[in-house]
Amino acid sequence: MNESPLELIRRLGASFLFVADRVGMMGIFLAKAFLYCFIPPLKVSLILKRIRFIGLQSTLLIILTGAFTGMVLGLQGFYTLNRVGSTAFLGPAVALSIIKEMGPVITGFMVTGRAGSAIAAEIGIMRISEQIDAIELMGLQPFRYLVVPNLLAGIIALPLLTAMFDVVGIFGGYLVGVKLLGVSGGIYFGEMAASVTMDHVLEGLYKSLSFGVIITWVGCYKGYNTGTIGWGAEGVSKATTQSVVLSSVMILVWDYFMTSILF
Amino acid sequence: MIEIKDLHKSFAGVKVLNGITLDVKKGEILALIGGSGQGKSVLLKHMAGLIKPDQGQVLVDGKEIAKLRGKTLSQLRRRLGFLFQGGALFDSMTVFDNVAFPLREKTKLGETEIRKRVIHELEQVGLSGEEEKYPTQLSGGMIKRAALVRELIWKPEIMFFDEPTAGLDPIIGQTIMNLIDAIHERFPFTGIIVTHEIPKVFDIVKKVAMLHEGAILKEGSPEEIVSSDDPIVQQFIKGETEGPITYY
Repeated sequence: MNESPLELIRRLGASFLFVADRVGMMGIFLAKAFLYCFIPPLKVSLILKRIRFIGLQSTLLIILTGAFTGMVLGLQGFYTLNRVGSTAFLGPAVALSIIKEMGPVITGFMVTGRAGSAIAAEIGIMRISEQIDAIELMGLQPFRYLVVPNLLAGIIALPLLTAMFDVVGIFGGYLVGVKLLGVSGGIYFGEMAASVTMDHVLEGLYKSLSFGVIITWVGCYKGYNTGTIGWGAEGVSKATTQSVVLSSVMILVWDYFMTSILF
Repeated sequence: MIEIKDLHKSFAGVKVLNGITLDVKKGEILALIGGSGQGKSVLLKHMAGLIKPDQGQVLVDGKEIAKLRGKTLSQLRRRLGFLFQGGALFDSMTVFDNVAFPLREKTKLGETEIRKRVIHELEQVGLSGEEEKYPTQLSGGMIKRAALVRELIWKPEIMFFDEPTAGLDPIIGQTIMNLIDAIHERFPFTGIIVTHEIPKVFDIVKKVAMLHEGAILKEGSPEEIVSSDDPIVQQFIKGETEGPITYY
């Protein structure tokens, strides 16, 4: 079907306006969430529950993925460095890859899949079963109960999980590089200590903090607005899927900008 | 206390409310009746400020609810209670915590006093011993009773009931109606009940409004509704399949 140029421009404009509207709504949602972080009372018990859910209950997953990521890096790094006779740099290669990039990003993906999706589904179900309306009609602010605890828990839990991933990943690399492939343990850690600086650690920390915000923000936003993208089980399913996809994409895009601009 | 003036609302181009004008006086319970899909729940949600009208006003104590924001809206809402069709109990909390929630969040009562009041109120509706259960472990009637207690425990001035007996057997339905009546006698809130329970609801209200095709077709006392010669009203209250109402 042939479209007139005017119709094409109109459709492009409409799409642009739609995206701009959604981005604006998400921005307002985040600003409101941060605002309520600073307006007491904070629901401390809810925040602790969410830290338990997002953080503590993700530890096994993070340990597992961290260990295997480090082991794969150890293996790949060893064979690549061995070609140029530089296996002494295996430690720094594994540590820097994990601390600067893989740790925050893979932790972000894992938490998105495990907790981000659950946050969207939980809040989405509360939306379609009118539980959020019930809170509003009590004259209370749902953000205090549903959004702020998740956001703060994400900000606290993600750096801790990332740190855990980093440590386990480095030991995974050690296990393969030193114990299996024969690199000297002293060299593995010695070179690492000489190459990894506090700035590298902070880079990973800032990234993981921002990923904590992204995951909980997107999960809460998608769940909270479930009614606007389809009702019932289908609405919750869409919200959950969109939350995982959008968080994952945003983690990668934001990671690029943080790496290129800030560091 | 609640004034609705020329209220209009459409969803996706479909007109749901078409110029509703209605008054509910302080302490009065109004029954809002009408067929399914006639806009009763939508009208109720306008009164609670959950939906904004396309045109017209909903005034609560002279204040236009759609224009209230922030603290003023919260203050007004703290005077309202709303019994949702599905109860809207928080499914991650036990029955006890659900009922205690408004007291914990909206009052400065201590935990001992809250416990005492929650246990007492749950006893009144026959839910003693069910305190530690989660909403998914309750029957439809129990959910409605627990939700009713949660809304009424802090004595709201205005109470909205969205089909409080929907999906319940006739005995439990009657129990819920009796409960509403009994609580209204203890503290005379202003109430609006959206229901299909005819004639049960006529026993507990002084005023009835029938909604048809987005407008108020007939308004008056239960006796006036029953004796109305409007064929639509008669067909509806008698539940007849033949007549001017054809949407079934």
